[in-house]
Amino acid sequence: MQVTRDFSHYVRAAGAGLQHIDLAVEGVHCAGCMAKIERGLSTIPDVTLARVNLTDRRVALEWKQGTLDPLSFIDRLEELGYKAYPYETESAEATEVAESRFLLRCLGVAAFATMNVMMLSIPVWSGNVSDMLPEQRDFFHWLSALIALPAAAYAGQPFFRSAWRALSNKTTNMDVPISIGVCLALGMSVVETIDHAEHVYFDAAIMLLTFLLVGRFLDQNMRRRTRAVAGNLAALKAETAAKFVGPDEISQVPVAAIHSGDIVLLRPGERCAVDGTVIEGRSEIDQSLITGETLYVTAEHGTAVYAGSMNISGTLRVRVSAASEATLLAEITRLLENALQARSRYMRLADRASQLYAPVVHATALITILGWVIAGASWHDAIVTGVAVLIITCPCALGLAIPTVQTIASGAMFKAGVLLNSGDAIERLAEADHVIFDKTGTLTLRDLEVTNAADIPADVFGLAGRLALSSHHPVAAAVAQAAGARSPIVGSVEEAGQGVRAVVDGVEIRVGRPSFCGAEALVVGADLDPEASVVAFSRGAEKFILSVRQGLRPDAKDVIAALKARNIGIEILSGDREPAVIAAAHALGIAEWRAGVTPADKIARIEELKQRGVKVLMVGDGMNDAPSLAAAHVSMSPISAAHLSQATADLVFLGRPLAPVVVAIDAARKALHLMRQNLWLAIGYNLLAVPVAISGVVTPLIAAAAMSGSSILVMLNSLRTRRRAREIV
Amino acid sequence: MEILVILVPLALMLGLAGLVAFLWSLRSGQYDDLDGAAWRAISDDDPPPEAPVKL
Repeated sequence: MQVTRDFSHYVRAAGAGLQHIDLAVEGVHCAGCMAKIERGLSTIPDVTLARVNLTDRRVALEWKQGTLDPLSFIDRLEELGYKAYPYETESAEATEVAESRFLLRCLGVAAFATMNVMMLSIPVWSGNVSDMLPEQRDFFHWLSALIALPAAAYAGQPFFRSAWRALSNKTTNMDVPISIGVCLALGMSVVETIDHAEHVYFDAAIMLLTFLLVGRFLDQNMRRRTRAVAGNLAALKAETAAKFVGPDEISQVPVAAIHSGDIVLLRPGERCAVDGTVIEGRSEIDQSLITGETLYVTAEHGTAVYAGSMNISGTLRVRVSAASEATLLAEITRLLENALQARSRYMRLADRASQLYAPVVHATALITILGWVIAGASWHDAIVTGVAVLIITCPCALGLAIPTVQTIASGAMFKAGVLLNSGDAIERLAEADHVIFDKTGTLTLRDLEVTNAADIPADVFGLAGRLALSSHHPVAAAVAQAAGARSPIVGSVEEAGQGVRAVVDGVEIRVGRPSFCGAEALVVGADLDPEASVVAFSRGAEKFILSVRQGLRPDAKDVIAALKARNIGIEILSGDREPAVIAAAHALGIAEWRAGVTPADKIARIEELKQRGVKVLMVGDGMNDAPSLAAAHVSMSPISAAHLSQATADLVFLGRPLAPVVVAIDAARKALHLMRQNLWLAIGYNLLAVPVAISGVVTPLIAAAAMSGSSILVMLNSLRTRRRAREIV
Repeated sequence: MEILVILVPLALMLGLAGLVAFLWSLRSGQYDDLDGAAWRAISDDDPPPEAPVKL
């Protein structure tokens, strides 16, 4: 059978006889790597462009059409010591990038307008107290209007749109008072300019937009960056499938290029990358990523297999089907949709603040107007004072209070290996007071390890490892890895589904099932871990047994202790069998656990806790966890999780340790504390400024100073998270 | 004071030139890799020559 690797799916034309490909590269950290990669790739003839993007950890390559195979770039990078894989921009990431650029453009326009309007305002302010002629002042005001109005119309779009969306859904958000404030300030200023008045507020309105756009851009940029990293990680998993391109010819193609109806080959030791049905072959498969069950399941003609299942013993042919056809998935998808609908009811801190804030401010402005009219002022003067109240209370600091903290906190989490899927996850995570862990793949690692290596003589273990190298069986691979075996034994023979045998120094050695090695007697007598798979090894008449199982994450025990110290409730909800769950719960000192739980049961348990007012953090990785990840108050999943779970979870953590869970909770709690502090700072500022505005003595100079002062105060306060974040990481 | 008629538009033109330059740099992708740009600026060695340079 002939196997080829085909990356043509990722190559696109770059015009003028050039072809382009983007590669995600692992381990690019510094200028040295950047120079090394660029130089290394540029030496390949016919390459016209090789440029590293250090922010996104990607390489863009262009070459003369038809001269090179993208494979040669990946091989070249491999030689240089970097793992690389073609990368395809997802539509979600493309949207984030476009949005980020749009905000930066708005910010540029707003900043330009602010600087120039300020240049015109300062002469007016100083002229008002000296000898400026009214005609000169009007000239400056008209120039300000000329700059500020189009700039605000362009740069204010993000706020106006969001406010309009909120209003048409009959809700309100922070952008509603912002938009009203900006529009009124501009409108009043135009009227006052026509009236040859002394005070206009063009500078205040456009400066407000600039400050808010800074916050908005930082927030968006963080999100874009997280999305890029997540995209890279997904690409570097290099999920491919062996697709039949002829009756007896297969090609290793990226999963993105596989369509429903294709037939793929699934060899032993391979993780299935697609959903489908077995049409030929018989094997055992490990469905733990789907169901949490660690025991192997038999797969034969007609069995449904899901992306993430590991094929253990035999070769299978699988017909790819569209994801939703499979019954298990349909059930999970239905539960997931219900849970997601319930989640969207969560009110973010910013929205809660604005719901209280907007009515109070607008009522104050109205009362001010009426008050001045009753006190005998003209309608014109009363309205001017009322609008001044709105301008001075315009939630500039309030609009920055939360995004700035969010940006810095998510940056700190990012460094600790935690990626945020949603911005408000920080608030929800900070409130969590109960953690539910899934067992398989969350508390434990997916990789198998040998638990009783210490009981076996080192030379025997080493020999068993070398022999195991000849097998694709995942258990054998675990034995080989644990023994640190490098060189396979020459002349070893694999008997499918049984084991491997070879002859060394005239003695036959075997590794495999206990029956294959004649070691059943040892297994019956031994007190073995109920969760473990047993592998036997025999050398002549000597017999040994190895117990292989999924190990707990190295720091799981410390993490559980740390959570307990923070007074957070802990429990395990697992789809796995009872003995396996008991063993893990016991090892970690977790008193509350449930085994054999279905996705619906998990949701029921979360609902039960919700009724009692408990805020649940769900940590899980299996596809069966996806609905409960969505149902929980907040959720996390490891990067090794099923696609659906990763997409559903609010936070994704990288690497083998479980510690990111605690780090993220701590960082989120500190961030929430700072957000609240910022909100109080902003409110305190308003309490001071509003009486001044109501009394009608506010000048544009006071408004500008107060507004920038409060914004800077809030930003500086947010930066304190950064200093603390450094202490954590 | 008539000088204002020249100076004010001049100042605005300069500001506008700055804005145009910013938008151009944004469009040409100069803000796409800020981390990389920070390192490239202090990188000692020359980037690989695009075409052979003759001295």
